[in-house]
Amino acid sequence: MIHFQNVTKRYGEKIVLKNLNLEIRKGEFVVLIGPSGCGKTTTLKMINRLIEPDSGRIFINGEDASKQNAVELRRKIGYVIQQIGLFPNMTVEQNIAIVPKLLKYPKEEWQSIVRSLLKLVDMPYEDYAHKYPSELSGGQQQRIGVLRALAVSPPIVLMDEPFGALDPITRDSLQEEVRRIQKKLKKTIVFVTHDMGEALRMADTIVFMNEGRIVQKAAPEEMLRNPADSIISTFMGRHITSGRQSVPLYAEDFMRTKVLKVPKTSKTLECIELMSRRDVNSLIVIEDDETYFGTVTIEEIKQHGKAGRNISELVSNETITIGRKEDARTALDRLLESAANYLIVLNDDLTVAGIVTRTSTAKALGEALWGEMPA
Amino acid sequence: MSELFVAIFQHLLIVTVAIGISSIIGIILGILSYWVRPLGTFLIWFAEMLQTIPSLALLALLMIIFGLGNITMIAGLVLYALLPIVRNTYTGLSSVPSHLREASKGMGMSRLQRLFQVEIPISIPMIFSGVKIALVNSLSIAVMGVLIGADGLGYIIYRGIQQQNFARILTGAVPVVLMAILFDYVMTKIERFLSIKC
Repeated sequence: MIHFQNVTKRYGEKIVLKNLNLEIRKGEFVVLIGPSGCGKTTTLKMINRLIEPDSGRIFINGEDASKQNAVELRRKIGYVIQQIGLFPNMTVEQNIAIVPKLLKYPKEEWQSIVRSLLKLVDMPYEDYAHKYPSELSGGQQQRIGVLRALAVSPPIVLMDEPFGALDPITRDSLQEEVRRIQKKLKKTIVFVTHDMGEALRMADTIVFMNEGRIVQKAAPEEMLRNPADSIISTFMGRHITSGRQSVPLYAEDFMRTKVLKVPKTSKTLECIELMSRRDVNSLIVIEDDETYFGTVTIEEIKQHGKAGRNISELVSNETITIGRKEDARTALDRLLESAANYLIVLNDDLTVAGIVTRTSTAKALGEALWGEMPA
Repeated sequence: MSELFVAIFQHLLIVTVAIGISSIIGIILGILSYWVRPLGTFLIWFAEMLQTIPSLALLALLMIIFGLGNITMIAGLVLYALLPIVRNTYTGLSSVPSHLREASKGMGMSRLQRLFQVEIPISIPMIFSGVKIALVNSLSIAVMGVLIGADGLGYIIYRGIQQQNFARILTGAVPVVLMAILFDYVMTKIERFLSIKC
């Protein structure tokens, strides 16, 4: 649908785009992302010829864009900008009807377009059509901005950081709306953003650019899993999932390995002293060969312990144990149904690998969702 | 008394005709200045230069071309009024926010469509303010008309001076001052209304 062929653009000495090649399929939601000055906006504006390339060609539907009349080309391509750009001298209806009027649609037709578009975003015609942009909230204004771009149902819609100036809640709901509209109307959308979260949420394909080049073009999951360059990893920040560590599949992925273990020959006083020093209320007791023996709680020692006796007399076997290759889901279920605050994770040779606590589970889930968490 | 009303009427007629012509020329020149920046720099320099010529000297020069009478006065006022109108049109159009310019371009408006549907409507308060300044200035400059045989209140003032008749001088001068204040007041109101709408 859109095809960039060896496109280069310079501003004076500075090369903004270096020999760019990019293919965008029909109906694809493509997000261009990258640090500022990477050339993403330049790329976008070349599609509707607001910026002309110095060399190379851009084909739209197989036709060379530079051979078409720029004004007519732009009417066939929807355009949404960050600053919204509703005309303050026109009502909501007049703003939406601009392109239909430019294309000389009859009045009944553009009026019905305005009605059906407003219905699409739940803004009743009677309440909103005759308001001026200054009477609307930021979110409502950008909704109208999006509708205006869709008015003549162009097959391609360009969006240049459309939600950058909105508050997070409004932004979320607009992202959802645009995604829904895109699915429904099957538009080819080229979307520029510098927000990785937005890119991951909206894109079919993410095109990561840096210094005028495409660093990686991939589906969101693929980019998350295999970022092609460290700059992408940096950019993804909290969205990144680095390797297996933060994808908890097994019990071992979310256990705590720093646990207090004592040999069963330890004395009671020794254990109490250790517990109070490390501020814990239970210990894992192991055999001489380091295999798991049981657990002991501070209450148990206080009630039944006698000074100078071996801890082994007080050990309980009630704590649930699981193997380290146990499925994460099973581990979580066992933890939730158990009365204890933790599970013991055992290695294959029955030595203690670690414990799974509610906290370690929450932390592992957090990492899976948002990347590395503070320790 | 009827002599006064005739003079006021003639005075207003000369001024409004001149401002009408000057607005048309000035707004067109302002638009051209906006479209072609180097031309704009030159035109505004030219209009500023016109303004520095003493009115009597300018009228005398124009008299060589147009002879005695109202036409010369109107031509002089047109030239004097150009500066505020051209400058305000140019400034108004140039201060249309760039994102609106980009939005209108990106949606596929031609240059003229952008001008008439977006840029001029948004600059109307500024352009109108230029016309107001020109009009209020012209009301007082038009008094000079008596020296080149044009009609208007200048005639009454001049005769008052010659007869050393203070009452007569005031009869001519007070209406000029009152008209200037009145036009300024009314047009400022309209200007406010226009800018609120935008």
